[in-house]
Amino acid sequence: MSDQQAIAPAPAWRRHSAAPPLLLVGSILLYVGVALWTGQTRMLETDGVIGLLQRMVGLGIVALGQTFAIIAGSIDLSVANLISVAAVLASFIMQGRADMMLAAVLIVLAVSALVGVVNGAIISRLQVSPFIATLGVGLILQGLLSASFTDFAGSVPKEFQLVAYSTFGVVPYSVAALFALAALASFVLWATRFGAHLYAVGGNAEGARLAGIRTDLVTIGAHVVCSLSAGLTGLYLASRLRSGAPWVGRDGVYDLESIAVVVIGGTLLAGGRGGVWGTLAGVLLFATLDAAFNMLGVSAYPKLVLRGAIVILAVAVYTFRTRGHVA
Amino acid sequence: MTVAIQGGRERARAVALVRRVNFAVVVFLALYVAVGLLQPNYLEPAGAMNFLRRAAPLAILASGQLFVLISGGFDLSVGSLVTLTVIGGSMLTANDPSKTWSTIAALYAIGLFVGLINGAVVAYLKTPSIIATLGTLLSVNGAAMMWSGGSPRGYLPDNFRMFGRFVFHDVPVIGIFPLAVAVLVAVCALAQWGLHGTVFGRRVLAVGDNPRAAELAGVRVEFVRLGVFVISALSAVTAGVMLGGFGGVSVDVGRGLELQAIAACVVGGVQLLGGRGTVVGAVAGALTLTALFALLTLLGLPQPLKDTAQGFILIAAVAIGAWRRRRAV
Repeated sequence: MSDQQAIAPAPAWRRHSAAPPLLLVGSILLYVGVALWTGQTRMLETDGVIGLLQRMVGLGIVALGQTFAIIAGSIDLSVANLISVAAVLASFIMQGRADMMLAAVLIVLAVSALVGVVNGAIISRLQVSPFIATLGVGLILQGLLSASFTDFAGSVPKEFQLVAYSTFGVVPYSVAALFALAALASFVLWATRFGAHLYAVGGNAEGARLAGIRTDLVTIGAHVVCSLSAGLTGLYLASRLRSGAPWVGRDGVYDLESIAVVVIGGTLLAGGRGGVWGTLAGVLLFATLDAAFNMLGVSAYPKLVLRGAIVILAVAVYTFRTRGHVA
Repeated sequence: MTVAIQGGRERARAVALVRRVNFAVVVFLALYVAVGLLQPNYLEPAGAMNFLRRAAPLAILASGQLFVLISGGFDLSVGSLVTLTVIGGSMLTANDPSKTWSTIAALYAIGLFVGLINGAVVAYLKTPSIIATLGTLLSVNGAAMMWSGGSPRGYLPDNFRMFGRFVFHDVPVIGIFPLAVAVLVAVCALAQWGLHGTVFGRRVLAVGDNPRAAELAGVRVEFVRLGVFVISALSAVTAGVMLGGFGGVSVDVGRGLELQAIAACVVGGVQLLGGRGTVVGAVAGALTLTALFALLTLLGLPQPLKDTAQGFILIAAVAIGAWRRRRAV
């Protein structure tokens, strides 16, 4: 987002963020502590833990994509709207028929990829700031969707519901898929040319351009990955809710929450530094908070207040040592 | 334009003059004329005054958001603060008109508190403002829901609603003069003076342009950041007091207003990430968005498609602005 922060070199111990292990340990302590304190030891058995991991899936998948956008120095505010589009489109095309599943999935992914290309092209070719570009695209998507559908549209067949409800032994497909996607994302970031280019463009776009990197293609690529992940989250929600409605993405606040978990996970909002394991740890923290609030019986509204304060504190814990300027 | 024909120098001067006119002003006038052609009421003084009254809350929010944007940040918490103001107003007055003034004072105190928190988190904890104000958005929304028990209803007392509703009748020349327009003019004048006429305003621009350079020049960057978030929060309370007069009390009065305010500023040529922007631009941007909504309503577009149109306008405005800047260099 801003190149002011990228100028000051970080000390070596900050370059490899301490966020993921810290968040992991913190989340586990919080979860176990609250479960013991409230006497709900049932939550510590397999079912409880699997339930906790299942809470991570929806936000987790889209947050993996958001990590790509943010590492590349961009940001994507259109994901919540795209999630709604994907969920509605999937259930509308399937109409409860198993033979339409493959077509629906392919169409949803194609539409998502297209949205990513549009986002990336507006940012890199028209030089519109990512904040405005993706906000605008999100408004356009939501408007078209809400004008066409006002309620749950169509339904998904039993077979498609297996995506959300079926398991390998004790591990749900969806949880396995989340970790498989995270491993894939991590591989792309650390071991491929595209990954290296993402960090280069996010760290210093002009420097990357002078080094011969097609920065516009990298930005577009990052947004395609981000939009595809939003499409996958939409498919997952359609499977879990058995149908898609035009408000599923917005009600989940996936746009702002995905950005929050990425930053909590230690990825620099300015781009150029970070990774997917931190993001997953951030998602785990959010899931743990939800579970902990439920165990403690905190009602819905105080939960919101606490959640806001925790977002700030979780990020502040390691930003307050920053010596440069942050806006 | 006739000046341009007379020779090179005049032509250059005329082009420079045209360039200096804020682009949003031109777009606004074009849209407003289009609205007027569809609904001639808008071209009469009373219609224009009513239009300004409806545009006032967004324009006020935009002129507060402007300070934060120019300093290089974002304030996403203003929409939730508007909601909190309206709900807090109804809880504190509890339908008792005699409590209106003390309530308004209390609401400004709440706004000051939220602004100071935003500013302190960004300035001292160095948390990026998108995240910091996102956190306050969640918390303030939660607080508003908690306070009202989730489903507030009814209206504020009449003397509270006056700021949004009261209209002076039989005013010479313009016919009617809403109190909201007077507030709008006062806020704009204050913002104009604050940004372009005070040392603080220059410092905001300097910090947004290059915080390190501003610091080396002796600006207390942290203090400036606190200031801009307080200004933005106070403008949100002002807009909230006004919106409380427009309609009933509900939990989504302020929903989405933060993005509309940012959009208004951006349409008005304010540069995100700081260093460039004017009050005229921000207010013209707010008027442009309001005129656009009026136009789309007159054209009979359903609400969702208005969002779509807003999205297109937003991207187009920024793309054109970027193109003009590239060409000007």
